[in-house]
Amino acid sequence: MSGPVVILRDVHKSFGPIHVLNGVSFEVAPGSVTAIIGRSGSGKSTALRCIDRLERIDAGEIVVCGHLVSDPGLVLRKLRLDVGMVFQSYNLFPHLTVLQNITLAPRMVKRLGRAEAEALAERVLGQVGLADKAYAWPEQLSGGQQQRAAIARSLAMEPKVMLFDEVTSALDPELTGEVLRVIEDLARRGMTMVMVTHEMGFARRIADQIVFMHEGRAWEIGPPDILAAPATPDLRQFVGSVL
Amino acid sequence: MGGHFTFSHLEFLGRGALWTVLLSALGFLGGGVLAFMVALCRISGARIVRVASGVIVQLVQGTPLLVILFLSYFGLPAIGVPVPPLLAAGASLNLYIGVYLGETWRAAIEAVPRAQWEAAECLALTRVQRMFRVILPQAVHIATPPTVGFMVQIIKSTSLASAIGFVELARAGQIINNSLLEPFPIFVLIAATYFAICYPLSRLSRRLEARSGFAPVEGAAP
Repeated sequence: MSGPVVILRDVHKSFGPIHVLNGVSFEVAPGSVTAIIGRSGSGKSTALRCIDRLERIDAGEIVVCGHLVSDPGLVLRKLRLDVGMVFQSYNLFPHLTVLQNITLAPRMVKRLGRAEAEALAERVLGQVGLADKAYAWPEQLSGGQQQRAAIARSLAMEPKVMLFDEVTSALDPELTGEVLRVIEDLARRGMTMVMVTHEMGFARRIADQIVFMHEGRAWEIGPPDILAAPATPDLRQFVGSVL
Repeated sequence: MGGHFTFSHLEFLGRGALWTVLLSALGFLGGGVLAFMVALCRISGARIVRVASGVIVQLVQGTPLLVILFLSYFGLPAIGVPVPPLLAAGASLNLYIGVYLGETWRAAIEAVPRAQWEAAECLALTRVQRMFRVILPQAVHIATPPTVGFMVQIIKSTSLASAIGFVELARAGQIINNSLLEPFPIFVLIAATYFAICYPLSRLSRRLEARSGFAPVEGAAP
């Protein structure tokens, strides 16, 4: 795939009377990392959730890995096979062990045999540094470990693009570090990623593209350099308030 | 009048207790199946199914079990639908249990955080897979204590079936007392028998409640 992996064109979305997305447009190149930043309520999480059709858009167009996401007749499962999603609250399945959390979808959706699925799980657990936690229950893990297990669960489906929705916002700084290292490693391996984040230093270091959301729009888009030299007073003010 | 408590009295009580257990078991079997359907209807994506099941639930919940029993045993034959007593009692209990448990189970399914649905959705699981692999196992865990509690209540409520002619435990005690006129020991015995039937269930409920989260009981292999 040579064209953009994710395309948003003039996306609009309202929740009742609140216009959350007000014409958002940006693109994500294959193998690149896009960090969406902005204040609370600027629409960044909503934009991310629209990419995986967890929210339907009112107007505009979204194309992800060749799937027209804005088409109401889209076969959602085909989209979800190509897109991985990691949430702020981990959302591991509490009634399953870490191993079962990871093997569930490969076995159910991709019809892998048990041995094959478990080998896959061991591989992705190794990748996130949790090889020894396969038989642990989610509640026995720290927040950082749970989030890494959730990343492993998503990785096991071998998505073409991964979405991260404020995945370190529920973690203290020490645990944040271990999760960010896993994401950084993924970036190095060439995974296409879109992340909503408050970690400005991290975004500056690993992102290829920064999307600054403001008032429901992609207010400013560019390389990480825009954080050092904002073009708009709004981004300048935002950067000033978080650093 | 009067006389002594004999082995045949005991046998009579035993048969009564057997009816109590049988009616309860019958009620739970059919009621459980119905409850599952009620729960699914109440969260159905189709509005008409949700509304229709909601109306039925409201109607049944607003009617005493005794009246449901009368309706099926006396009411239906009066309009030309003869119903044998066992069918009347079984069907009434099923309806009553199905609606109450159905609502409990619906609430349990809805108590599983929405985020769990979303996470399962993002892994490309189908709706049925999400329901059976992710949501229901968690809902069962939430619903177990209230379900067991309700079962205990139903065991005691089967005494209402005596109103349509069943000689179950409570009615058997009443009949024996009519001949022996020893209400205190007889009804203490009846109460003790109910207790013996219900206590194991209450114990089970407490054990399940004491277990928090999903981690295995200590010492058990994962």
